Amino acid sequence: MKLSDIVEKLDLEVRAAKGRLDTDVTGVYASDLLSDVMAHAREGNVWLTLQSHQNVIAVAVMKDLAGIILVGGREPLAETVQKAEAEGIPVLVSSLPTYELSVRLHQQGLGGTFDNDKKSGTG
Amino acid sequence: MKDSQPGSHREIKKTQMMVYEMKVQDVMTREVITVRPDQPMSSLREVLRHNRISGLPVVLENRLVGLISLDDFIGWLAEQQKDCLVTERMSQKLEIMYDDDPLVVAIGKLDRTGMGRLPVVDRQSKALVGILTKGDVIRGLLRKLEIDYEEERLRHHYAGQILKEIQADQTALFFQYNVPGQDFKRAGTGSSRLKRTLKSLGVRPDIVRRIAIASYEAEMNLVVFTPGGKISARVQPDRIVLEVKDGGPGIENVDEAMQPGYSTAPEWVRELGFGAGMGLPNIKKSSDGFEISSQPGKGTRLKASFLLREQRDEAE
Ligand SMILES: Nc1ncnc2c1ncn2[C@@H]1O[C@H](COP(=O)(O)OP(=O)(O)OP(=O)(O)O)[C@@H](O)[C@H]1O
Ligand SMILES: [Mg+2]
Repeated sequence: MKLSDIVEKLDLEVRAAKGRLDTDVTGVYASDLLSDVMAHAREGNVWLTLQSHQNVIAVAVMKDLAGIILVGGREPLAETVQKAEAEGIPVLVSSLPTYELSVRLHQQGLGGTFDNDKKSGTG
Repeated sequence: MKDSQPGSHREIKKTQMMVYEMKVQDVMTREVITVRPDQPMSSLREVLRHNRISGLPVVLENRLVGLISLDDFIGWLAEQQKDCLVTERMSQKLEIMYDDDPLVVAIGKLDRTGMGRLPVVDRQSKALVGILTKGDVIRGLLRKLEIDYEEERLRHHYAGQILKEIQADQTALFFQYNVPGQDFKRAGTGSSRLKRTLKSLGVRPDIVRRIAIASYEAEMNLVVFTPGGKISARVQPDRIVLEVKDGGPGIENVDEAMQPGYSTAPEWVRELGFGAGMGLPNIKKSSDGFEISSQPGKGTRLKASFLLREQRDEAE
């Protein structure tokens, strides 16, 4: 599933790197602790977080993530948008809290990183 | 852990590598304004003034026979002699370069002779083919760096050769990044640059990602806990060794700091999502060899190595 499909189906708004939505999403990881994301997110994952500061972009770059979704109506800081544009990391926003957003992503057929190791074909 | 083999490889930095690889003909100016030996001295006035240059090669039938400089011309003017031929005033003691000389030789020669410009001749035919100034060298190097950067972005398969060459030559490449402490705005810059470089060298993507994790975590520790430090990566034929040093407060009890969940990060840093106490364990887990040593009041140093031929499951 492409990031652009997720944007459309879940009614997300794009705040940065509009031109980079044509990437395949491999799954979802949700966390607000950066070193937890460093340890567990996978390449091509979309990352759900409430952290809106610029350091999330570096994490996404380092882990080759497909994009970041800020949950609960949070907006990225100006520096975050700037850095995201420079690095080509899409930043999306949703008014839904993490759990509701996760459920909807699951309904679209996206899995997490834990399940994905055991069964395939979810993403 | 044993992960360095002193003396088994040379260390070269990128620009150093470039001055050995690039040739004079890659950077020289090819359109050379020349004069003939049988030209009158008085005719130089226009040529020198018009082109604003300090010296001219004197050429007879394509062959370089001398060099006439602005100084020679001024000398001739000062002596108020009647007109004479260029050949009578030109200098025949020539410092020249060959077009296939490596740039490093040219730089040495420009430096040693103090000459502003050196004529370049073809090694076989001895024909004048160009002229080389310090400006040409600098422009050439900058252009090459720019091209390399473009290639990094566009042609990974080409740049990917480099790693194979390192492996074949038993050489090593060395990269270093300075990390300012407490600067959250620029945090992660060193690690992203390192990641891009490794990718362009053709290092396997899964290994690049593991190095990226280690380097990022170490960089964040420099930013959060120290006044700054250095990240370095040495790309050897069989492994990449990441070393991170700082002159910060050091760690009282290293074993304790290595425990997942242990963190002394202040509250405001935790609010940014740091301080889970997972950084050091992440570095250890992502690497194939890990060492850390620290002296309270002096600083901390860690070393993580990554084997280039190792297969491992990223998921574990
Ligand atoms: N370079 C360093 N200088 C001084 N102390 C350090 C350094 N690196 C780590 N420490 C100490 O070790 C502890 C554990 O480091 P670690 O990277 O594992 O976790 P953290 O940085 O606190 O949190 P996280 O990395 O999950 O954001 C730190 O809280 C700090 O007390
Ligand atoms: Mg840390």
